[in-house]
Amino acid sequence: MNALLEIRGLAVAYGASQVLFGIDLTLAEGEVATLLGRNGMGKSTTLRTLCGLSPAPAGILAGSIRFAGEEIAGRAPDRIGRGGIALVPEGRQIFPNLSVRENLVAFAANRRGVASPWTLERVFELFPRLAERQQNMGNQLSGGEQQMLAIGRALMTNPRLLILDEATEGLAPLVREEIWQCLARLRAAGQTTLVVDKYVERLIALADRHTIVERGRVVWPGSSAELDADHGIWHRYLGV
Amino acid sequence: MTQLILEQALNGFQFGLMLFLLAAGLTLVFGIMDMINLAHGSLYMVGAYLAAAAAAASGSFVVGVLAAVAGTAVVGALLEVAVLRRLYQRDHLAQVLATFALILIANEAVRMLWGDQPMLLNAPAALAGPVEIGGFSYPAYRLLIIAVGVAVALALYVVVAKTRLGMWVRAGASNREMTEALGVNVKRLFTLVFAFGAGLCALAGALLGPLLAVQVGMGESILILAFVVIVIGGIGSIRGALVGSLLVGVVDTLGRALLPWLLRGFLPAETAANLGPALAAILIYLLMAAILFWKPAGLFPARG
Repeated sequence: MNALLEIRGLAVAYGASQVLFGIDLTLAEGEVATLLGRNGMGKSTTLRTLCGLSPAPAGILAGSIRFAGEEIAGRAPDRIGRGGIALVPEGRQIFPNLSVRENLVAFAANRRGVASPWTLERVFELFPRLAERQQNMGNQLSGGEQQMLAIGRALMTNPRLLILDEATEGLAPLVREEIWQCLARLRAAGQTTLVVDKYVERLIALADRHTIVERGRVVWPGSSAELDADHGIWHRYLGV
Repeated sequence: MTQLILEQALNGFQFGLMLFLLAAGLTLVFGIMDMINLAHGSLYMVGAYLAAAAAAASGSFVVGVLAAVAGTAVVGALLEVAVLRRLYQRDHLAQVLATFALILIANEAVRMLWGDQPMLLNAPAALAGPVEIGGFSYPAYRLLIIAVGVAVALALYVVVAKTRLGMWVRAGASNREMTEALGVNVKRLFTLVFAFGAGLCALAGALLGPLLAVQVGMGESILILAFVVIVIGGIGSIRGALVGSLLVGVVDTLGRALLPWLLRGFLPAETAANLGPALAAILIYLLMAAILFWKPAGLFPARG
């Protein structure tokens, strides 16, 4: 399979403080990959840089990010977004002053001309609860509903690459389960996805490949089978 | 007495609508870009001068207003691209200092172009007299201002509440970074919003020109009121700007007209005469303090 995303030697700093020291990561079309590691090890910074958010562009010290054959490191976030990368950010960050429906339709796009694009109806089918609450404002939703909305909002851009940063954090077990099922359905539909999360067992079941980062460096890349077989890695790098 | 109250209430409503034209642009600039633009009042002044100059040259008030709106929108867009864009990443102190400098530059530029003396801008002759409404007369020109203000407020509501562009503007006011990550070029959107806001300023300046003096420095006093409005309404909220403007317009106008008279009811005449105007002048600030005590982020905060 051809690489859809290829990160090579990415080094990034917040001002004078360097946080990434040469991250490598490759993701093929249709694959689900994860970025694992303890808190503060550089996972979110990698995702943010990938999406063109600060500390990019000034904070990129070295390395390249190739997406769909094009170099995108340092590009403006709106160009990266229109280019087919959609972020479900940590903390959901849905728009509190837009209704559920508006949060979804405001950014809807099908720039690649996908044959069966994500529509309001399809998102409501994936998350029926959003359909019931479509007239509510974003700040009137529960944490779980906000997470569903954040995923739905990203899907409405019909992304080539979907990125989820801590999508199940702080959710009740039942709602968390709903999010995992949604991700499994997206996987089955062929959605290329990069996930950052803490639930290693669920990620092993969901993803093809994993990259563990420790203090801004890749310390272990491997497949789900390899990670499942070596619980020493879990203890050493993930604190599980 | 009823006629006085009704007339002053209408004056307050009309003033509130004109304040809204200023506050709408200001609140979006502040809300989306976190940018304090003290020079917003200067665009109001530029609009009034352009209207007066174009009306004098063409002999038509309508041409004057249209030229003012278009010309000031272009000035606003140029200002945003050439100067203000460089200030977004700076702290508020740098923004305040730089835009204060712009006020001084704008005042001097207007003085150099049109001189020290106030310019004359006359209302259309057809609207010079009063009209009878339900037994009392009210200036026709002020009614026109109310009609235009209501029409613009409604149009703005439709754009902001019902269109995709409006959703982007509201989203940008609430979370700029996320709006960009979802594919919206907020920089370009903002130049558009700024030019639009400048056009609205010019409309207010042109319409108020025949009622107030078109003179250098006219933007400063109204700018303070516009800031009070957006703080009351909630930074970044168009709905808040509308409600805040009407509240400030009506409270300020009614306060100035009625407070001295009300105080005479229970205070000695001389005390009431002294205290009335002084109290009326601070009434909107008391209103702002009361609202902020009750709702610290304003009535309709965009970041809710």
